[in-house]
Amino acid sequence: MTSAPTLWAITRRSLVKDLRLEWRSKDAINSMLFFALLVVVIFSFGFDPTAEESRKIAGGLLWVAILFATVVALNQTWTREIRNQVMDAYRLSPAPPQALFLSKTIGNFIFVSILEVLMVPLFVVFYNLRSVGPVWQLLVVALLATWALVVNGTFFAALSIRTRSREIMLPLILFPISIPALLAMVDATTSILTGDNSPIFWMRLLAVYDLVFTTVSLILFEPVLNAE
Amino acid sequence: MTETSQPAVSVRDVVRHFGRFAALRGITADFVPGKLYVLLGENGAGKSTLLRVIAGLLAPSRGSVEVLGSSNIRSVATRFGYMGHAPLLYDEMSALENLEYFAALYGITDRARCEQAIRTVGLDPSLERRVGQYSQGMRQRISLARAIVHSPELLFLDEPFSNVDLRSARQMTTLLAKMRDQGTTIFVVTHQAALMEPVADECIVLDAGRLVAREKGIPARLLSPYSVEERDALRDETLRRDSRENAEAPQ
Repeated sequence: MTSAPTLWAITRRSLVKDLRLEWRSKDAINSMLFFALLVVVIFSFGFDPTAEESRKIAGGLLWVAILFATVVALNQTWTREIRNQVMDAYRLSPAPPQALFLSKTIGNFIFVSILEVLMVPLFVVFYNLRSVGPVWQLLVVALLATWALVVNGTFFAALSIRTRSREIMLPLILFPISIPALLAMVDATTSILTGDNSPIFWMRLLAVYDLVFTTVSLILFEPVLNAE
Repeated sequence: MTETSQPAVSVRDVVRHFGRFAALRGITADFVPGKLYVLLGENGAGKSTLLRVIAGLLAPSRGSVEVLGSSNIRSVATRFGYMGHAPLLYDEMSALENLEYFAALYGITDRARCEQAIRTVGLDPSLERRVGQYSQGMRQRISLARAIVHSPELLFLDEPFSNVDLRSARQMTTLLAKMRDQGTTIFVVTHQAALMEPVADECIVLDAGRLVAREKGIPARLLSPYSVEERDALRDETLRRDSRENAEAPQ
């Protein structure tokens, strides 16, 4: 059957392909998990907080660990597209460039979410965490924050893929631009854990950040994909 | 197709620079449909660059390219196929998985069509081995299958015979001749001119980024690597033309 390739059809195809490749190689998941685990263990050796102090610092520690681990995964995202110059085959096809970006972003969202599902229980155990605020809000913050990290990260990883020292370039570009999102996710998480303040402002900020950066990335991805 | 029909590819004064290095220097040519063109020349002559510029993978620094009557290459993306130096395949997937993915990019969801493309290049579509475990020659053939899975009218092949054994290479040239006879316009960049000699309609010789010769078939003198005298003659002619143009250029 031949039909015009639609955005969603290609996004779905590319996502399935990426999940299959990751399942077989485990490049991103393994390196991300190992890195995040190391960070958690090192932090736990470095601090010996009380339950009250844990609630105050856990948000920062958790999201910094996830941000660092995400960078490790993001570096892998495009590497398999430039190996064998596979990206050229995509560029030559009539498939919409945005589909490739969306599939990579959704794929990274899934990988980072898996990491969070495995990391959060470890944090709870290591730091003896008990949330004072409503736990469902933590779930919303996690979804918004994870999207903020991966949508930016996937875009800037694509931007830095043709540079010689891309492993260094990515954090250099990504971290400064992620500061507003990082601030929002840390403050929202801390507000929920301590119950001191309402996290709603920070959650709204994260939602706006997600919307703006998703739109901008989708618009700018085509020239990034076709850059020589 | 007759030679008076609209060109399949038309390049006009195409120049391509990489930094200060000029890989293509003012190439102008029309290529009629339904022919098999062989691009010859030494390493660095600009053959692959010309192919990439025509396919839209590189933008020309100057000049224009029209493919299948359009200067917007994306608008004719479904009508041409490209096989590059690298295989453009995922090592961790099987041949059929690769083809199913790339066919989907062209809106093709028919598995049988992907299997047929693999059979066309002489391989077994039921092979479950991942492409990364294939020999280089097998990868080249799968790469060709990927380039033709959507039945393009125009086909660009960059070194399709590198690391391919002679028997497989001959099978590939037979396939290309068959496709040409069915109306496909084919461009082949190769250093193995002798392989293409029985099927080539025209050869285009590039040297130092210039189109220096265009001949019917592949003349015997081009079948073997250039003699030192021929290479020097081509280079001298190019240098003479350059200095002449520089002298004539307005200051």
